[in-house]
This record gives sequence, structure tokens and C-alpha cells, in this order.
Amino acid sequence: MADVNRGNRPLSPHLTIYRPQLTSITSILTRITGNALIVSMLLVVWWLLAAATSPEHFAVANGVLTSWFGDLLLFLSLWALWYHTLAGIRHLIWDNAIGLDLPTAEKLGYVVIGGSVVLTLLTVAVI
Amino acid sequence: MAFLTDRKRAEGWGSAKSGTRHFWSMKVSSVALLFLIPLFVFTFGSILGGTYEEVTAAFTRPFPAIVAGLTVIVAFKHFNEGFQTLIEDYVHGAMEKVLIIGMTCLTYGAIATGLFAIARMAL
Repeated sequence: MADVNRGNRPLSPHLTIYRPQLTSITSILTRITGNALIVSMLLVVWWLLAAATSPEHFAVANGVLTSWFGDLLLFLSLWALWYHTLAGIRHLIWDNAIGLDLPTAEKLGYVVIGGSVVLTLLTVAVI
Repeated sequence: MAFLTDRKRAEGWGSAKSGTRHFWSMKVSSVALLFLIPLFVFTFGSILGGTYEEVTAAFTRPFPAIVAGLTVIVAFKHFNEGFQTLIEDYVHGAMEKVLIIGMTCLTYGAIATGLFAIARMAL
């Protein structure tokens, strides 16, 4: 209202101005992994519907999910799922105003990245 | 002015419309998924790759069917709310509303489809 200089004022620095840091990259990856998971979530629902419909439909959906492309997609989704889960735990911790200082946040960032890779490989090994 | 509560002062301004409801809802579903995701990954992971008969037989058992049903509901609800935040951050105006409504149709549709499929195999 008092701001008559609309459109021609200095803006606060945005993403592009900053050097990529562990904290910013792990934060952005949380959003990317969470939203990208919709692809495999919809594929799994399609696979369930196909299994509930007929052997012919199941053969098509199952063929896609177990092809090399399906394997790759599910493998990447598995990593995204564990990454998003660990990053989510980090947010649940942060919500209590714990671990927000830079050294701890960066340490947790390494835990999220390393942990997601370890959990992904463990899951593949177990299944 | 001194008699106004903090809540009353905040009402109607900025994001003070629904308070922390969205935040809390995401928090509840994220804690639920913390338990559901490992259960789903390992039950679904062991079922995937089986034949048609094996897969349909697996979902007649209560545990895989209930875990899958719960995961479909909570995961798509969590996605719905998370994706809404993504849209609100980057898209504005009419397209913002169109995308939120479209994405809500997609997620609710996926929940209904998933539950139908699981119920049909389970029963």
C-alpha cells in the first residue's frame, strides 16, 4: 500500500545468486524426489488395477514394470523414496528447533545422502 | 488494542487463513508413511516379479492388502498436500488453481483406483 515503487525496487537475492551448498542442494532434492515419485506411484496403481482386471492386462503392466526401463525407474524411485524419507525425518527433527545450526544441518545432510544410497542397496539386496 | 489476542491480530493476513493446518496434516501423514513405506516396500517388492496367479493370491492375504491400501491412501494424500505447496511456490493466478484442482482429481482418482484394485483382488 505504501509501496509506490512497485516493480522497480531492489529484490532480495534469490536462488541463482548463491553458490550451491550442501544444505540448499539437499533441500531442493527433497522437493524433487517427493514430487517425482508420482511417476512410480501411478505406475504401481496401474499395475494393481491391471492385476485386478485380467491376466492380459496384467501381462502388459507387469511387462512394463519388470522391463529394463521399469527396473531402472523403480530403482531410481526406490532411492528417491529413501532419500525423501530420510530428509523427512530431518524435517521432523528440525520442527523441534533441534539441529538447525549449520554444522549439525550439514552433518544430517551427509547422513541423508549416504543413508539413502545404503538403504537403496540394502533393499535391492534383501528383495 | 491491548485486548486483542495474537490470533485475532493475525487473522485475515497473509497465510494466517488456515493457520498451521496444512503443516500439521503433512506432519501427521509423514509420520504415518515412516511406518507404512518400509512395510509397503518390502511386501510389494517381494510380490513384484511374480506370475499373475502369485500376485493375485498375494493380495488375498490381509497383511499385503491392508498395507497396500493404507499406503495408497496416505501416500497420495501426502503427495496432494506437498504438490500443492510446490504449485503455490512457483505458479500464480488462474493456472495455480487449475493445477491444484487437476492434481487433486489425479490423486483422488489414484486412491479410488488403487483401493478398487486391492479390494477386488482381496475379496
